[in-house]
Amino acid sequence: MLAILKYKAGNQTSVRRALDHLGIPNKITADPDEIMAAQGIIFPGVGAAGQAMDELVATGLDQILKQAVEAGKPLLGICVGCQIMLDYSQENDTKALGIIPGQCNLFNPAWEEEDGTPIRVPHMGWNRVTPRKVCELMRGIDTDAEFYFVHSYYPDPTPEYVLATTQYGHEICAIHGGPGLWAVQFHPEKSGRPGLKFLQNFYAYCREAEHAE
Amino acid sequence: MLSKRIIPCLDVRNGVLTKGVKFQGNVDIGDPVLTAKKYYEEGADEIVFYDITASHEGRGIFLDVVEKVASTIFIPFSVGGGINSVDDMRDALNAGAEKISVNSGAVKNPDIISEGAVRFGSQAVVLGMDVKQVEKTEDIPSGYEIVIHGGRKHMGMDAIEWAKTAEALGAGEICVNSIDADGTKDGYELTLTRMIAESVSIPVIASGGAGNPKHMYDALTEGKATAALIASIVHYGEYTIPDLKRQINAMGAKMRMVW
Repeated sequence: MLAILKYKAGNQTSVRRALDHLGIPNKITADPDEIMAAQGIIFPGVGAAGQAMDELVATGLDQILKQAVEAGKPLLGICVGCQIMLDYSQENDTKALGIIPGQCNLFNPAWEEEDGTPIRVPHMGWNRVTPRKVCELMRGIDTDAEFYFVHSYYPDPTPEYVLATTQYGHEICAIHGGPGLWAVQFHPEKSGRPGLKFLQNFYAYCREAEHAE
Repeated sequence: MLSKRIIPCLDVRNGVLTKGVKFQGNVDIGDPVLTAKKYYEEGADEIVFYDITASHEGRGIFLDVVEKVASTIFIPFSVGGGINSVDDMRDALNAGAEKISVNSGAVKNPDIISEGAVRFGSQAVVLGMDVKQVEKTEDIPSGYEIVIHGGRKHMGMDAIEWAKTAEALGAGEICVNSIDADGTKDGYELTLTRMIAESVSIPVIASGGAGNPKHMYDALTEGKATAALIASIVHYGEYTIPDLKRQINAMGAKMRMVW
């Protein structure tokens, strides 16, 4: 069973619908025991980083997430979830979870796309994701596949954590982390078949990790 | 590089897919959930559902449709029509939409944009605007005026000014619908689309007038739109979405070609 972290700044139902469609057992929960008992955790997020962090701290879920990571529980952060796994976000000047070293910055509207037009912010729509390191979650996905992004701030982890990038004005990080601890800026639950495959890969990893224990 | 988006728009009345010409004479043409599934499988980048039901009872039927769609397609979709309050926005988002499109509700009460942006994030708030070309005057210096009620009521607001205001209030995207071009299949209103796109820095969707892939290519390049809304050319099977994407991509506007 995958636990989908329940807090006020999440798009939990979109993730749940995608997992249901895939036949992956899941539960939207804020219960620490259920979270720690799950095979893996999905940590979604929409809206602003400051608000999301406030919610996590107020409910104590920030500590649960850190404990889960320390215990080696597979974790997948999505969008704002991905951003606040870093140390800091420029959005609302937010001290974040500090699970992965790095920070989250506002897009610079002076950046230009490859065709010379200035980028529009938010970065909204479909873009290609290029692996920079081996990422188990991209396994079996067409290299030309695109994923759905919608964000005004982008994750900037220390380079050794960058697993895949996308191009929007600059090369920006699309997936960061490492085996068992992933943060994705795009929305796999809204990225059609490639996104569903990505979620399936996460679940497959969680099951393997459980059996390896 | 970001791909340009193709967005089929489904008008829904009493839970049934319908399409009218110049906002008049709607005819029912199918099941919105099945149609959405078909477009999803064919590579649509996003889908818009527009509720043109007037009754309260019809609203419930529409939200049921939205819920079914959310469990069937796994790409973003937005919901418009009849959004007049933050509660209406919440209902549509809870039913599974990613975005809500406010149109006349925001003309009457612009604060709905900022309230929605604060509560749900700018990414969830799309401003839809219906625009008609008029004579340039002191009040309408661009010569493009905001209209509501399917173009029957002129609001005395300049479209360019309204776009800037909406961006400042926190809209995350603007869908520019030309009432003059809507349903004509003669091409998008490129001048209008470009003027709006150049006056804001958020993404702009061109709407109204698509008759062929060249029209869409023009809107995405000359018109500076990041997405093109389509309806009748796919609803009646003149073109399929893969046809459109292949042709537009070949013309040189980058499309998402793997799905």
